[in-house]
Amino acid sequence: MSATADTSDARAGLSLALPALMLFIGVVVIPLAMTVMLSFHDWGQYKGIEPVFILKNWMEIVDDPYYLEMFWRTFRVALLATLITAVFGVPEAYILNRMQGPWKGLFLLVIIGPLLISVVARTLGWALLFGGNNGLANKLLMTSGLIDSPVRFMFTETGMIIALAHAMMPFMVLAVWTALQRLDPQVENAALSLGAGSLTVVRRIVLPQIMPGVLSGAIIVFSLSASAFATPAIIGGRRLKVAATLAYDEFLNTLNWPLGAAVAVLLLIALVLIVVGSNALIERRYQEMFR
Amino acid sequence: MSFLELDRVGKSFGPNTAVEEFSLTVTKGEFISFLGPSGCGKTTTLQMIAGFLDPSHGTIRLEGKDLVAVPPAKRGLGIVFQSYALFPHMTAAENVAFGLEMRNVARSEREERVRAALTLVGLAGYEDRHPRRMSGGQQQRVALARALVIRPSVLLLDEPLSNLDARLREDMQIELRQIQRNLGTTTILVTHDQIEAMSLSDRIVVMSKGRIEQIGTPQQVYEQPASAFVAQFLGKTNEFAAQVDRTAGQARLLAGSWSAPAPAGLSGPVTLSVRPERISFGDAGLAGRIASRIFQGNHWLFQCDTECGPAIVIRQNDGQPQPEQGAAVHLSWQASDMSLRAARAAA
Ligand SMILES: Nc1ncnc2c1ncn2[C@@H]1O[C@H](COP(=O)(O)OP(=O)(O)O)[C@@H](O)[C@H]1O
Ligand SMILES: [Mg+2]
Repeated sequence: MSATADTSDARAGLSLALPALMLFIGVVVIPLAMTVMLSFHDWGQYKGIEPVFILKNWMEIVDDPYYLEMFWRTFRVALLATLITAVFGVPEAYILNRMQGPWKGLFLLVIIGPLLISVVARTLGWALLFGGNNGLANKLLMTSGLIDSPVRFMFTETGMIIALAHAMMPFMVLAVWTALQRLDPQVENAALSLGAGSLTVVRRIVLPQIMPGVLSGAIIVFSLSASAFATPAIIGGRRLKVAATLAYDEFLNTLNWPLGAAVAVLLLIALVLIVVGSNALIERRYQEMFR
Repeated sequence: MSFLELDRVGKSFGPNTAVEEFSLTVTKGEFISFLGPSGCGKTTTLQMIAGFLDPSHGTIRLEGKDLVAVPPAKRGLGIVFQSYALFPHMTAAENVAFGLEMRNVARSEREERVRAALTLVGLAGYEDRHPRRMSGGQQQRVALARALVIRPSVLLLDEPLSNLDARLREDMQIELRQIQRNLGTTTILVTHDQIEAMSLSDRIVVMSKGRIEQIGTPQQVYEQPASAFVAQFLGKTNEFAAQVDRTAGQARLLAGSWSAPAPAGLSGPVTLSVRPERISFGDAGLAGRIASRIFQGNHWLFQCDTECGPAIVIRQNDGQPQPEQGAAVHLSWQASDMSLRAARAAA
């Protein structure tokens, strides 16, 4: 009786999930599989793409320090951008959570608002401020005599890190804020009543409890930064490439699709490994506390 | 000697008054309960003593020193919160040790005191458990140990037992009382459960709508309630409209066909209240009929329709025959078992 109900339930569930499953297979799995296959094909300036199975593209990426450096840069930039969002985002979320009434709503809007604006527009803002001698901020600083030569921002890793951190900040603040909202406000009062100063309360009571939130925010920011295209493309241009801009160039400028595919697949694999690995570490670390 | 003193303390949140004119003197070692329905200002008062809220009016003194100016971290009070508010990322032992760390107690002494505190609340062996992996009752005990280990001058408990099931609650009540007696810690308990307040406290502060209705020992507030609110909040009670008749030679108190010599001071319409367990059935008295009777093991609960309206009567199940449903009865009670108030003019 119940067994038949179960099987028919399962069948109904399957048929309900089918459209989404087809869509997922059609737009995610098949293109991904094709990209992976593409990365093993051969390519030549005159012969174009040859559908054979070789490791040439992969060997090239691993052997050539030029490509390797770009991958290192990608993860270095992403890591530093993540650190910056954590250093500024955690206090920001804490203050936001402490705010009362209308201020809270207003500042939440200020923090999330940028998500409604294209990341291209936000990055171009940095270019307008610091783009060489004509950048607004550079001009102001130079005419006021504070600096002699323009601040070097465009085509630098520092610029890329700052612009990425700026673009990713809302994700960190939201992740931390969600964690903060789950805290029992009386827990802070309990620490106070036991004689802790407010700094000690933040360091010993609040921070450890919201650490999972900070870390999940960090995973989001890190993976978005490492795979970001628009910001590195605008700030770094073709002089300072990262994995995403490299893949783009191989596809659209050099027309070496197989190499571009290998770069894209390698980036994907590295990201998946990093995200899954750190997630497992976090879960193990906080298992005791949040079960 | 007054140890903790609240003098006309009040608290308003914007236009709303949560607590008004709260005055109370607590002696050292006393166990006090704040008893009242939800929203009557118990927690607010406790939080003002703890220092998490600043009073809008009035003063709070501990051993003669003004407490309001002292930040909560420096008050040295032990607090057990309704949600327990344990530190979820710390083990039971780390939770209990936190207050001692803040006081820079040396490691060896700290460990000794943590062990003693956990043993006191019956949690020896649970040192390394995290709160999320403990039952409600165990978390409750950790919270109590954490508050007691700092040897607080006053222990504040905000509905500490309300999240426990009935059986566990009774056990914890007994234990709490024993621990408090042994340590002699001055304690203030917030509760909406009159049984809990009566079984634990030396004195009860009955509150309603932000005001104190009565302060007294459990017997006093139960047997001589100062207001209808107190009478009704502390267990079941019967209220009859009665008359003091001073026209005859000797003044009489009359409630239907029940009568007794009138006490001095009152005249005209009065409200007579008497607890259901103090009423007995007899040949004379307030006439009525048994509307229903319910057997509750150690006692019978009768609903009666009387000349003065509905009444409830509780009789011990002492083996004597009890009146059947529909039987005509007469209700009577000793004058010393009732309390009288002048009836409100309009009523
Ligand atoms: N932070 C606050 N802001 C506004 N009103 C509050 C606040 N805290 C409590 N109150 C109000 O004060 C009254 C008393 O609350 P409380 O002391 O928590 O009652 P109790 O603990 O007796 O249930 C309630 O009407 C409640 O709504
Ligand atoms: Mg309360």
